[in-house]
Order: sequence, then structure tokens, then C-alpha cells
Amino acid sequence: MAIERKFKIGKPILEVKNISLSFGGVKAITDTSFDVLEHEVRAIIGPNGAGKSSMLNCINGIYKPQQGTVSFKGKEIPNITPNLMAQMGLSRTFQNLALFKRMSVLDNILVGRKLHTKTNFLEVAFQLPKVKKEEKINRERSEEIISFLEIEDIKDTPVGKLPYGLQKKVELGRALATDSSVILLDEPMAGMNVEEKRDMCRFILKVNDELGTTMVLIEHDMGVVMDISDRVVVLDYGKVIGDGTPDEVRSNQKVIDAYLGVEH
Amino acid sequence: MKPVFMTYTKKDLINLAVCMVLSVLVIPTFITTEYWYTSILIPWLCLALATIGQQIVMGYTGQLALGAAGFMAAGAFAMFNLILRVPDLGFVGSLIVSGLIAAAFGILFGLPSLKVRGIYLMVATLASQFFIIWMIDKFGWFKNYDSSGIITAQDIVILGKPFTTPLAMYFVCLAVTTVLTLLAMNMARGSTGRNWMAVRDMDIAAESMGVSLLRTKVQAFAISAFYCGVAGALFAFCYLKSLEPVAFDIKLSFKILFMCILGGLGTINGAFIGAAFILLFPVLLNAIGNNVFHGAIDATIISSIEQVIFGGLMIIFMIYEPLGMAKLWENIKQKWKTKIPSSTNLKSFGKKT
Repeated sequence: MAIERKFKIGKPILEVKNISLSFGGVKAITDTSFDVLEHEVRAIIGPNGAGKSSMLNCINGIYKPQQGTVSFKGKEIPNITPNLMAQMGLSRTFQNLALFKRMSVLDNILVGRKLHTKTNFLEVAFQLPKVKKEEKINRERSEEIISFLEIEDIKDTPVGKLPYGLQKKVELGRALATDSSVILLDEPMAGMNVEEKRDMCRFILKVNDELGTTMVLIEHDMGVVMDISDRVVVLDYGKVIGDGTPDEVRSNQKVIDAYLGVEH
Repeated sequence: MKPVFMTYTKKDLINLAVCMVLSVLVIPTFITTEYWYTSILIPWLCLALATIGQQIVMGYTGQLALGAAGFMAAGAFAMFNLILRVPDLGFVGSLIVSGLIAAAFGILFGLPSLKVRGIYLMVATLASQFFIIWMIDKFGWFKNYDSSGIITAQDIVILGKPFTTPLAMYFVCLAVTTVLTLLAMNMARGSTGRNWMAVRDMDIAAESMGVSLLRTKVQAFAISAFYCGVAGALFAFCYLKSLEPVAFDIKLSFKILFMCILGGLGTINGAFIGAAFILLFPVLLNAIGNNVFHGAIDATIISSIEQVIFGGLMIIFMIYEPLGMAKLWENIKQKWKTKIPSSTNLKSFGKKT
């Protein structure tokens, strides 16, 4: 991290204020606030059931929190939907893989180019010159991402046939294809072996470094998180118990208690 | 390096050329019996077109819809009324407008897909089947107050020339089907088709990528109904030559559904394979019944056997090859290709030892 960064960490791009979310009587998130700065790698960690994924789903608009607001790029967004957030430049991956299983790797990544596709179905049906031009640009960008992620040899394979680690990579690729300014990664390294994890870390840092994309990631593995993120927010039972640089968080007594347990 | 931006490969163009030569040159020169045109080729093209419509909504967008015949009826009766009341439109113009009218119904009956899915959507879309047929039956205006209930379709006249012989009608169907098939392929392989399939495979992820579920689903229903509407108009004007709502009952919807599933969900060529199979299979069974058993088996038994075999095939395909005959055909081709190099490998392996 000591090397000079091309994209300096800037102002807050995403702010979450006093979010509370409950499912019936179960409180998933209670009055949680934190922010994400432009161009940083931000991690959300916490034990199982701490409300990490629910938090991402609130930011992305899949869940509607009962209280609190989400501001993106300086604007408070009243009616969040996944579609609206995508249009504003926020993309994401999913914990349990949400790829288009019967489509090829290339097609999956091409779907990520949806917001850069302006032609309508009639123009596509008649293959007007502008459709061909647009398709060419989108395909070239997708191929770039495919070679960036080093998955050229599987690009025509239906995604459903790929092993888990590669599917995670494809999902990252699809999020990248949107050219979003913020990408939310829901457990990008879950279920991977050490080597795959190292690979994924490398890609996350590379994306952040070369494209300046702000990365918000949820992770279980403390070690990995501490190595790659600029700042970490720790959730436990739906509440923030620690927020700061990896070193600050590591020495936070509440965090240590939550992870290692504490004698009462 | 493969060109990255082309939607069509050389192989596709060769396939297209072969199909065109077969259908435009070979079939008209070698098939002279009227029976083949009026009873097999024309309905095959019409039903294949309707099956493409069903494919778009079910195979590509993953919305279980059952009511293709309703949209076909809408198209057929719209065509009849347009030619009757707005003769200036001409045949092709009326065909397009009747497709658009069917598409409007498609949008209306596609709206439930936003709230319900799966088998429940299938039940909801059945409404289109019953509503459209009921509407045509109820209001005499649609049938031009004909008392018999069965009206004769007008003769097809394009640019002042009549197309009334079976061969001419076959060419009309062929032209319309070819154009619409190519357009469907363009959509299916382009960004439109990717949106459909994204909604089919994982709607939440599609939405997070900026694909609007409302737009995509309604669009698929509209396009699907357009195809069914045009197919229905052709079906009535070239094949049935008479219009009665009963011809577009739920049995036809099921037939199109079977064509779609047996042919292969999510494929365009599967629509043609499925339609051919379902149309030709009864003919084949009849021929076997007549020639092998010399009429010893009753015709009603043969038609029952047909149902049994269809049912069996549906189950077999659902279990072993859910992607239908188109996929089966692909697999056979793939095996052929891999067989040749692997056998040569074996030979050289044998020599070494």
C-alpha cells in the first residue's frame, strides 16, 4: 500500500445513515451508519448473521430499510431500486452467485454492458449500422475484461458448467463490465482455496488501482481483509462495533471480543 | 483470430443458403402434389412462426405462458377485418397491423408476469386464450355479422396479383416466415436476446445490471404476440381458408407449447424442428397404420397411440434432454466431429505399442 496511488482517496461517494432493517420481529440491522470514500477499498466484516449481506442489499435497493437513508454521489436517494442504482453507477456481485447459468461467459459479461447499450429491439432486429457499432464496442470492452481476468480460454463455455472459483471471477467481470464507479462484492472469496483467494485479492487491488473503482467488499476471512482494504467497518448483531483502518480495527477491544468471544 | 463483433459466422450463412435453396428451388421442383403444400408445408411454416413467438416468451425470457392460440386468433380476425374494412392497407400492411393488434393484447396479458411467475403465470396467461376467443364469439362485428359462425377468408392479393394456388400461398408463408425468423435471430443473438435470457436465468442479477424487468418482460410478451398474430393470420388465410374461433382453441395453444418444448427451449431452429415433428408424426403413424397393418388398426386407436407417444416423449425429453431436439441435433453433430479425430488417435496409439 506504500506505493503512490494513481487515484487518490477522495470525498465520500456513498453514505449510509442510520439504517435499520428488520424482518418481522428479527432485527437484521440497527441504526447503522458509515461512509465509503471515492477510490478506496472498503471492507465490511463481521461474524455470521451480523447483517453484512443485508447491508449490501439495502445499499443496492433489493431490501427497503424501515429507517435511514442511503446517499450516493452526494445525493440522497429516496426510492432505491437495483435498477436505479445500476444507472447511477453502482454494480454488485452476489453471495450465492447470481450468474446467468445457461449463457456463455462472454454473454454474461456482455449483459453487464446493458447500460452502455442504447439501441432498442427494433434496431437490433434490423441490425442497423449503429447496432453493429455499439455491439462492436461492447464486445471489445468485454474481451478486455476477459483478458484482464485471465479467463480467455473459457469465454464460450456456459457459466453453469464452470467450477465455483471461476464463476466468482465471471461475476466480478460482469460487475466490471458496467464501468461503475462503485462495486459491491458480497463475499468474493467465500469457498475458495488459498491460491484462488490470492488471485481474487490481486484482481480486486488491480481493478482499484488501474480503474480507480471504489470497492466495497464483505468478507469472512479477517486476514485477507486486513491485507487489502484501506478501511474496515465491523458489524455485529446489526450494529457497528468498529470502524477505521485495519490496524485500528485489529486493536479494537470490541472487535476482539466479537471475534474471539468474551467471558461474561 | 475470430472477429469479435460479428453476430453471424460463416457456418450460419451457409446454413441459411442451404435452407433457402431447399425451400425455394428444391421443394417446388420435386414436390408437385397439392397435399404436401396445403396440409404439411404451409401449416408447418405458420406453426413454426407461432412457435418462435412462444420461444421468445418462454424459451428466451423464461415466462411460462400458455395462450399462443389466443393471440393467433386475434391476428387472424384482425386480418379479416382489416382487409374487409381498410382495403387500402394491402395484404402485407394488414399482416403487419394485425400483428401489432395481437402485440397490444400481448402487452395487456403480459402484465401479470410482473407479479406472478411459473405455473401461476401460466394460469394467468390462459386468460388471454379464453378472453380473446370469447370476445370474437360475443361481438358479431368481428365476424362481420355472419350468421353461420364460419367465415371465409378473403383471397390473398399482393400488389394486384392473386396468390391463390397452394404453391403461391406456400411462397407467401415462406417469405413472411423467413423475414420474421431472421429478425428473431437478430434479436435473440443481440443485446435484446441477452436481456431476455438474463431475466430468464437470474432476474435479481439482471435488475442489478440495469435490465428493467418491466420493460424486458412486457417487450417479450409483445414481440411474442406479434409473431403469434402474424402466424395466426397466415394460418387462417393460407391453411384454414376459413375463420372460426374454435380453430384457435386451447388445444392449439398446447400444440404450440409442445412444439416449443420438444423442439428445444431457447432455440430458434428448435421451433422448426418441433413444429415439423408434431405435424409429421401423425402422418407417419397413419402411414404405418395403413401400410404395415393394412388398416387392421382402427384410426381412432392410432390417434390415441399418437397422444400416448407424445406424452411419453415429453416426459423423456424433460428428463434426459430438457433442451429438446435442437440440442439433441447439436450433440449428434458434436459427437460426429469428435469421433473422427479420436479414432485416428487410437490408431496411432495402437501403432506405437
